[in-house]
Amino acid sequence: MQLRRVVVTGIGAVSPFGCGFERLTEGLLTGRSAVAYCSALESVGGLRSQIAALVPTLDAKAIPRKFRRSMSAMSIYATLAGQEALTHARLDDAACQDGRTGVVIGSTVGSTLTTEEFFTDYLADHSLERMKSTLFFHIMNHSCASNVAQALDIRGRLLAPSAACSTGCQAIGYGFEMIAFGKQDRMLCGGADEFHPLTVATFDVMHAASINFNATPTQTPRPFDRDRDGVVCAEGSGILLLEELELAKARGAKILAEIVGFATLTDSSNIANPNPAAMTECMRLVLADAGLEAAAVDYVNAHATATEQGDIAEAQAIHELFGARVPVSSFKGHMGHAMAASGSLELAGAVGAMQRGLIAPTLNLEHIDPACAQLDHVRQPRETQVNVMVKNNFALGGVNSSIVLRRYPA
Amino acid sequence: MTEQEVVALINSSLAEEFELDLEDMDADADIFDDFGLDSLDIVDMVIVLESAFKFKIREERAIRKIRKLGEIYTFVLGKLNEAEQAS
Repeated sequence: MQLRRVVVTGIGAVSPFGCGFERLTEGLLTGRSAVAYCSALESVGGLRSQIAALVPTLDAKAIPRKFRRSMSAMSIYATLAGQEALTHARLDDAACQDGRTGVVIGSTVGSTLTTEEFFTDYLADHSLERMKSTLFFHIMNHSCASNVAQALDIRGRLLAPSAACSTGCQAIGYGFEMIAFGKQDRMLCGGADEFHPLTVATFDVMHAASINFNATPTQTPRPFDRDRDGVVCAEGSGILLLEELELAKARGAKILAEIVGFATLTDSSNIANPNPAAMTECMRLVLADAGLEAAAVDYVNAHATATEQGDIAEAQAIHELFGARVPVSSFKGHMGHAMAASGSLELAGAVGAMQRGLIAPTLNLEHIDPACAQLDHVRQPRETQVNVMVKNNFALGGVNSSIVLRRYPA
Repeated sequence: MTEQEVVALINSSLAEEFELDLEDMDADADIFDDFGLDSLDIVDMVIVLESAFKFKIREERAIRKIRKLGEIYTFVLGKLNEAEQAS
């Protein structure tokens, strides 16, 4: 079966650097950290990590109330990023409405804040009389995808994958496959998540959150660094518009890159612990899907969250497949871990850097952990024309995912 | 509460909930056509009014027939009068 080619024609981002794809790329290339002390965490008993990378104040009222009433913060981020991607791609309303454009956007869970607010009220007297009509739309698992489709009037397929840190990567991969197989012509894809102390607690309780940098937040997380101490939680949304190549060319769209491969698999060895063999297998599968040899890859954008187990396992897996030849960086050091949004935000940032002929570095990588030292770590913006990159995301729950993206024209 | 106070509380409560301009709160305004409310909003309007006036109106059939802001004033004033006479 002849599969159709799929290209990226629009990118939108709401990140800890603020609103906009350009702001995301600039933040990554200028070595800024978006991590800060988070006073909201002070009052949470037992929580040791008190830092986060939060989205700065934005104008949510740019979204009409009719649509915004059913949105928690994560849907607001996804909608603003989705609108930016459509504008960037110059895609008109008719194309959004023709049934051949769909949405694949996922989050880790529905809005925890809305759930907390509901139960805080409900548990006072176990009454549902004060429950607002829009509560469900905030907490349903497909909240972001539905809200984006409603607000942007997109009428094709709708899917909301949920695989924690692999969500954004999977969303792009599933969108890619739907277009490649001819089921849709365009897909608005990505992940979104909003900050809540429960996310920090999830990592803190597993001793996987960064806890030693509360007084110096910009120095953490430290992917691949000897002194790393764990994850810093973040929020935001990265959204990419994917299109079938010939249709994109026919309407004169500017093509930013081509998606050429996607793979995802389940690491059933442990629900929490990373396994380098399963990571290697995922990258092997994605290269096979792309029809490329490892030698064709000239950049790996790593998941690398700055946990000891995860970083070492991924370094081993990358080395197993690519040796020491391929430049590697992780963007967690700049903007923490945006969970479901991380894959699509990081891929967006990597494309932004690629368009400038650069690779963005790993921030806070000062003393490379000897157990990760076998790779070519990018520690300063590097002038390199990336032709083929691999993007990794590995999630709690044992969900591995990888994408291969190629410069266009190749 | 005086009638004016009741009207003012209705206006401020609905304006805050539905992001309406207080200057547009005219008794003749159609809450669907002029304010853009829909059936979901009517559910929340009931909750807002119940909270503001400390009464229960969710089961009132009359609520479902309301179209004008002035009809909300009349409905709420009637409920408050009923409650006052009953006490």
